[in-house]
Amino acid sequence: MSHHIVEVQDLTHTYADGTKAVKGISFRIHHGESVAVVGANGAGKSTLLLHLNGFLTPQTGRIRIGDFYLTKDTVQEIRKTVGMIFQNPDDQLFMPTVYDDVAYGPVNLGLSPEQVDKRVQDALIQTDALHLSDRPPYKLSGGEKRTVAIATVLAMNPEILVMDEPSSNLDPKARRTLIDLLSGFRHTKIIATHDLDMVLDLCERTIVIKDGKITADGPTLELFQDVELLAESHLEKPFRLQACPVCSGQKLPEKPVQMDDHAHTHDHDHDHHHHD
Amino acid sequence: MAKIESAFFDLSYLENLASQSSSVHRLDPRIKVLLSAAFVVCVVSFDKYVISAMLPFGLFLLVVAGIANIPIDFIIKKLIVVSPFAIMVGIFNPLLDQQIIMHLGSVNISGGFVSFFSILLRFSLTVSAMLILIATTGFNSVCMAMVKLGMPKIFAVQLLMLYRYIFVFIDEGMRMFQARTLRSFKKRSMGVKTFSYIIGQMLLRTIDRAQRIHLAMLCRGFDGTIRIRQTIKITAKDVVFLIIGLLILLFMRKYNIPLLLGTVFTGIS
Repeated sequence: MSHHIVEVQDLTHTYADGTKAVKGISFRIHHGESVAVVGANGAGKSTLLLHLNGFLTPQTGRIRIGDFYLTKDTVQEIRKTVGMIFQNPDDQLFMPTVYDDVAYGPVNLGLSPEQVDKRVQDALIQTDALHLSDRPPYKLSGGEKRTVAIATVLAMNPEILVMDEPSSNLDPKARRTLIDLLSGFRHTKIIATHDLDMVLDLCERTIVIKDGKITADGPTLELFQDVELLAESHLEKPFRLQACPVCSGQKLPEKPVQMDDHAHTHDHDHDHHHHD
Repeated sequence: MAKIESAFFDLSYLENLASQSSSVHRLDPRIKVLLSAAFVVCVVSFDKYVISAMLPFGLFLLVVAGIANIPIDFIIKKLIVVSPFAIMVGIFNPLLDQQIIMHLGSVNISGGFVSFFSILLRFSLTVSAMLILIATTGFNSVCMAMVKLGMPKIFAVQLLMLYRYIFVFIDEGMRMFQARTLRSFKKRSMGVKTFSYIIGQMLLRTIDRAQRIHLAMLCRGFDGTIRIRQTIKITAKDVVFLIIGLLILLFMRKYNIPLLLGTVFTGIS
């Protein structure tokens, strides 16, 4: 069954100013797979993601989501299947209260008020955000905003979750909460990120993009051992795969040698009061 | 300038006030919107030299603010912040209208001063009424109420969006302003050039953001209308309150109460 497959074939995209952001990308993601899309800033990750929910339509090549090829006619259907979580939750939470925001999608789907309420409750319970219901989004912390943004997407019951930098700007605890939350989802997940440690936790498969092309596509652990490949894509081995700096005797930043005030000689111009 | 946030836009304080629970807060938002509108119409429709007849309206506001537990000094601070607009409107009246119409002891007061003062009074009353409306109802409920009362939804959506993003916008503006301050040392004023760059930047960022928000809306099935859950219900108590409120307002509009009281107590007509 072709259920909820994401298939991209020879996709290219050139922006109006002539920037070639995507130059022929093909991949196929199966139902329930969790895939990371990694690469340098400006490698084309975001442009690729914008295609997956039909904000951009393919200039050449084609995209298949589930049973539909992405065209202007199918875009509404596709948006019901693909839930998109944006990099900046402030862009995503535009309603006056958290409840209204989570209800926004289901209401647009034309559900009855009872069904909408059920969807909202479920989504908020699933993300452990029920206590935020009546709060206005601008008063939430960064972590809470992210959680609510995810709830707004879950309330649409999508089959596929597409996320752009979900762990950016989060403190370590909020990041951990997010990872735990995401790892509990059965959805097909496509995550664009620089947070390779998170990728280790969540994605068994990784696609590396460089200059609008795929340079590698394979099991996460395997790719992350390839130091050259990572360096080429402006990436580094996840911290957990790097040797411990203490055990391996690597150089750590040293504490500067303490000196008495003003006792050291200047070989450069300081702005001291005795300079006059 | 650095105090923009605290002086102008402590909207979140207003929201906190709105989340209290007093008998005024519990009224249906529509009742409060209607009463506020009636209040404004009454105050604005007075003749241009009227002062004393407007004073009971001030008392009315004080009573409402008292019941609703709204700090008066907060309202007064807000009034002072926006007062330059009203002062600009009336500032030339004393020059243009020099006919003496009032004597206060040995001081002659010209019509211009009276009407200037009247403008300030109207301004204070109407702006306070609106502040108290929002401080007892909350901005979102006010918008909802106006939709229910027949305002086109598109305006409500605009207002709600404005209110949602003004915080984000101020944040962004403050960050740019701080960044500029941190690198300009003793040069305190910004200069037209820097100012225009900052404004231009903010416009571009806003357009970008608007596109992202639109995209986010599309992702969740936006089709041109925004549907907002309606939870407000009018009760018989609300209606009674509305009628009493309207009667009080009409009475204060029709009769010059300070004058009546004065006549009663002094016996001079």
